[in-house]
Amino acid sequence: MPLVKNGRVATDSFAHVPDGAELPGDSAVLVTAARFLDGPEALLQREGKLGVIWPNNRDVDDLVPWLDRLAVIALVFPTFRDGRAYSQARLLRERHGYDGELRATGQVLRDQFVFMLRAGFDAFEVKKESDAEAFAATSKRYSVFYQPTGDGRITALHRRMQQRHSESAGQ
Amino acid sequence: MTSPLQQKIKITGPSIVTANRTFDGAVVYRTAAKGWSTDLSDAAIVRTADEARALLAESIDDDIGAVGPYIAPVEIKASGKIKPGNLREHIRAQGVTIDLLSVPA
Amino acid sequence: MYAYDELDRTLINERVEEFRDQVKRRLSGELTEDEFKMLRLQNGVYLQLHAYMFRVAIPYGTLSSNQLRRLAHVARRYDRGYGHFTTRQNIQFNWIKLAELPDALADLAEVGIHAMQTSGNNTRNVTSDQWAGVAPGEIEDPRIWSELLRQYTTLHPEFSFLPRKFKFAITASAHDRAAIKVHDIGLRLHRNAQGETGFEVLVGGGLGRTPFIGKTIKPFVHGRDLLSYVEAILRVYNQYGRRDNIYKARIKILVHELGIDKFAKEVEDEWLAMGDSALTLDDAVIEEIRSRFAYPAYEKLSHMPDELKQAAHDPLFERWRKNSVFTHKVQGYAIVTLSLKPVGGPPGDATADQMDAVADLADKYSFGEIRVGHEQNLALPHVAKRDLPVLWNALDKIGLATPNVNLVSDIIACPGLDYCSLANARSIPIAQELTRRFANHDTADLIGRLHINISGCINACGHHHVGHIGILGVEKNGEEFYQITIGGRADENAELGVLIGPAVPYGEVADVVEDIVEAYLALRARPDELFVDAVKRLGVEPFRERVYATR
Repeated sequence: MPLVKNGRVATDSFAHVPDGAELPGDSAVLVTAARFLDGPEALLQREGKLGVIWPNNRDVDDLVPWLDRLAVIALVFPTFRDGRAYSQARLLRERHGYDGELRATGQVLRDQFVFMLRAGFDAFEVKKESDAEAFAATSKRYSVFYQPTGDGRITALHRRMQQRHSESAGQ
Repeated sequence: MTSPLQQKIKITGPSIVTANRTFDGAVVYRTAAKGWSTDLSDAAIVRTADEARALLAESIDDDIGAVGPYIAPVEIKASGKIKPGNLREHIRAQGVTIDLLSVPA
Repeated sequence: MYAYDELDRTLINERVEEFRDQVKRRLSGELTEDEFKMLRLQNGVYLQLHAYMFRVAIPYGTLSSNQLRRLAHVARRYDRGYGHFTTRQNIQFNWIKLAELPDALADLAEVGIHAMQTSGNNTRNVTSDQWAGVAPGEIEDPRIWSELLRQYTTLHPEFSFLPRKFKFAITASAHDRAAIKVHDIGLRLHRNAQGETGFEVLVGGGLGRTPFIGKTIKPFVHGRDLLSYVEAILRVYNQYGRRDNIYKARIKILVHELGIDKFAKEVEDEWLAMGDSALTLDDAVIEEIRSRFAYPAYEKLSHMPDELKQAAHDPLFERWRKNSVFTHKVQGYAIVTLSLKPVGGPPGDATADQMDAVADLADKYSFGEIRVGHEQNLALPHVAKRDLPVLWNALDKIGLATPNVNLVSDIIACPGLDYCSLANARSIPIAQELTRRFANHDTADLIGRLHINISGCINACGHHHVGHIGILGVEKNGEEFYQITIGGRADENAELGVLIGPAVPYGEVADVVEDIVEAYLALRARPDELFVDAVKRLGVEPFRERVYATR
């Protein structure tokens, strides 16, 4: 399953470690929320970057105490039609100021890339090779956005108002 | 006429698999040759739940050809002619039961 | 009406290109139906009994004449020459080919029409009062707020995969013509004691398997907080709405299971946590949208022009005028309803020729504007009274002047088993037969306002729960049967109808409705006591007796 990061296919330096399995040396690992919450300090003090896979039916508030020490938070789309992770992503980015890697996992398909980017995801475990390869082109599908999110893109409403101001300023 | 989307596989008589053609939505029937035909007389007939399940499974796999396959009852006349087995399939085979709107003279 | 600018046009064109790519990948097999289905639904494309069905958005029920002409073009070019106007102010085409849909969408995009989010588990068309902007006594034009909501909800990255569909309706009149009490979010625009514009916000209304009347979550949300407050509601729903059972996934179930107070608190907490929101609307932003709505340059006209005085001698004209013509807020003008319920016809349908003709009439007599109502009729909202006689003549020639608006034969019906793959029974032939039974206009006038709503299945697209007489198709042993309810209403006094007895077979429905009407005529306190009020006063029993005496 290809990882897309910074807009292109990249090597994933993080290993998904199942519950009960030993953590490999000091390399980067992704652990489940259950494992993490069972002993966060020990995991965080380990050499090697740490990421948590957070289920989509659990409040991200519970993760807030450790946000600035996590390298990756992976959120889950059990099917692409289950949109709870979009809310979780926005809350992590916009309300809690998380600025580590925010990774989309699960059924991650091409036609949701733009929504995911706008919600604050910046890494994607993409289901299909062809989708991963099309990432850069797909993320440019839209140039107009009606509503503000944390991605900083200006909304259509505000672009119009800017245009109006510059028109009247130019007079 | 309960929507087949909610049906369990229960065969009460001769049955077929029907769906809608992917590119244009036309009503089609699964044939024994693993194809889709718009003609009900080409439909493969199944008579047991196992046969139906098998036919449905391979129909579902062929979703480039057709969409939303399900099992539907048919009536087989003495002549061998296959007819739709309920009102819903009758409507799908023959079209709407009302006159399509026409402009008044 | 709202004028699209470069930005709006760019967005819908980008959407068309995206869908073109998705269809291509579907037809090549790169996308399975499981991956594609939600994508096509998000562009209004259903699979029905015979074919795909294409639902096109008519935002808050407002169309320009050019847009209506383009809908006629789509009907001709890509369909079978007609379209169906729906209970959510949209239009549906029943025979469209998937392979041709991107082209149809591109043709529509040229005139600013789209099909975004007319289906799928997202936020749907924001419907409003079809008399918005011209009804007397309106606080202000609710369509400005509908447009703000439309833009805010379109391709919203957080809310495109909700547990289930989500519907908004707005009214700005004391008399609610938008049925806000049976929507997921209903908004009643009004002014508070300080004279500020805001909304009473209702949540959790809806019909279908488990109908609910919406509950007030907040009596006054200031206009500037509308979008941030809506975002709070949607976020709570997105996170906590049920996803395990599609029949329990609407927000009405969440509100019901939590209770309105607990639900309101969740929303309030979320809203407060949002703090200073980028969604807070300031006057400049609201003004920006308002400025894009163009209103006609009304003339100063007499309220009783000569043309009208002369035409009053024609009893057929008078009958139509009294039935289909409504008071406009500007003197000398009128709102004209075009009945799409001809005797014997399928309710809510119009041919491509009729659409073109209405577009021409709109250009001549209505400043180029047409409205679509959730009763499945059209309206011309800016007709000068002096033009009424000549307009009537023209409408009569094309079969759009049946004087039955709001009467017993002005039936609201879903497409039913003739078209829809969800249906258990047919609805259109029932409606057709009823229009034939009540074809006599004197009889219909005598009966007075009476809304019949027919749904072919429990999904209630015909809004049968809130019909004065509601008819619901069910299946019994492979036969079509119909449950009859009475006493429902969709307005500010919204109520669900009550079942009168066991379901009756297809062949008897029209007889039963005639029995109910006869009982009403015999029992009403005065000729002007409406059917629905008589039911309220008398209860269901006298009607039940009459209907089931011989059944």
